[in-house]
Amino acid sequence: MSAAGNIRRLATMVLSTALWISLALHANSGEVRVAVAANFTAAASEIAKKFEAESGHAAVLSFGSTGQLYAQISQGAPYGVFLAADQTHPQKILDAGLGAGSPPMTYAIGKIVLWSLDPALIQGDDALQEGNFDHLALANPETAPYGKAAMEAMQALGLAKILEPRLVRGNNIAQTYQFVATGNAELGFVALSQRVGNDNGSQWAVPENLYQPIRQDAVLLRGGENNEAAIAFLNYLSNPEAMRIIAEFGYGNSVDGSSQ
Amino acid sequence: MISVSPEIWSAITLTLQLATLTTVILLLIGTPIAWWLARSKTWWKEAIGTLVALPLVLPPTVLGFYLLLALGPDGPGGWFAGLWGARTLAFTFEGLVIGSVIYSLPFVVQPIRNSFEAIGERPLEAAATLRASPWRTFTSIALPLARPGFLTGAVLGFAHTIGEFGVVLMIGGNIPGETKVLSVAIFDFVETLRWQEANLIAAGMVFFAFGVILTTTLIEKRWRRSGL
Repeated sequence: MSAAGNIRRLATMVLSTALWISLALHANSGEVRVAVAANFTAAASEIAKKFEAESGHAAVLSFGSTGQLYAQISQGAPYGVFLAADQTHPQKILDAGLGAGSPPMTYAIGKIVLWSLDPALIQGDDALQEGNFDHLALANPETAPYGKAAMEAMQALGLAKILEPRLVRGNNIAQTYQFVATGNAELGFVALSQRVGNDNGSQWAVPENLYQPIRQDAVLLRGGENNEAAIAFLNYLSNPEAMRIIAEFGYGNSVDGSSQ
Repeated sequence: MISVSPEIWSAITLTLQLATLTTVILLLIGTPIAWWLARSKTWWKEAIGTLVALPLVLPPTVLGFYLLLALGPDGPGGWFAGLWGARTLAFTFEGLVIGSVIYSLPFVVQPIRNSFEAIGERPLEAAATLRASPWRTFTSIALPLARPGFLTGAVLGFAHTIGEFGVVLMIGGNIPGETKVLSVAIFDFVETLRWQEANLIAAGMVFFAFGVILTTTLIEKRWRRSGL
């Protein structure tokens, strides 16, 4: 067979596959792609499962740091809904004209814990004060709101400067968790939601007066404007079942549901 | 026009240090491996050759994941770090060197092996009949004849280490001056929407890559013309 013949055959195959995939996607029109901040991974998966069962729509989740997801959305990533880990980025979405117009809504209030695999290492903030460790993990404060909160807590304790040389930064809160879980960092600031259902090692729930509450906002994106599934998913976040799941994962529920 | 900040300079010097050290180590351990792969008649040598080539195919995340475990307190890296009282090799420059050596190994071994194989039996047999010792044959015949392979291997190893991202991201911990290399710095700049700075380094790397490949090609061409 000639090279040209091969190429033609390959092209036909690629084209027909693409056609088939696009047909399949259209047949299942009730689908929403959701960009989810990494801390909300477990809760979002559970909510999506319930949402799919109840509504018949499909929700496809992508995880990353809030900053990373924002950069993707600003470059036209095909998401319908953005579940950020803060209020700043959803607001930026609106300011940049990337939103569908409706205001952001707070779907969860995040909390941070200091966690170590070593059952004896953490008792209150003593571990931070004494500093008997080489590496303290946190999410990158520049891109991840949970990292920013961790930084605020260390500043409130007056330890930020002293601990700076020992900080290792995860690309998002999931990687931060992994640094501690593999024992590479002796301790780290992770999301309370990641620790729900686990009691290995030792941990300290960082008092909420040491950092700004992590109000996490969701926003409908322009890509989800005319997507029934996207709107349904966003509404489902204030459904009692979803709120039960959110609370179960250690988040505070927003009092009024709107973003203030 | 924005200037090159100390932050970027530190990433540049760190990246160059990492790539240089990695290349030197790779030439030292890659040469005997390549020689053995080129000369050995053992049936299982291709199994070793495959092992060496694996990083070509494996996603950096696979290497990064296993390295994170291997460098950590429960792995050999943790044991090793214990020799000077540390707990882990992750988040250290040394850890990055180990990761880079594994990651770039095939890029150095493969071209050198090809050059050794291209020499063929004859020059080596001729040297042997002139009573040259195996070591002498290796240093005065094989090494000079395989020069193009060493050039290609060194350049590819160096350049590939500079372009390393996934592995560093997974085991580095993003520490300025220690593990925050150029590729990670670009990633950070993009994420924090500092696109001017991202652009500055990214464009620099495009020119660097272009220059490296062009220069290597020209040098190889000249060598071939002069019959080396």
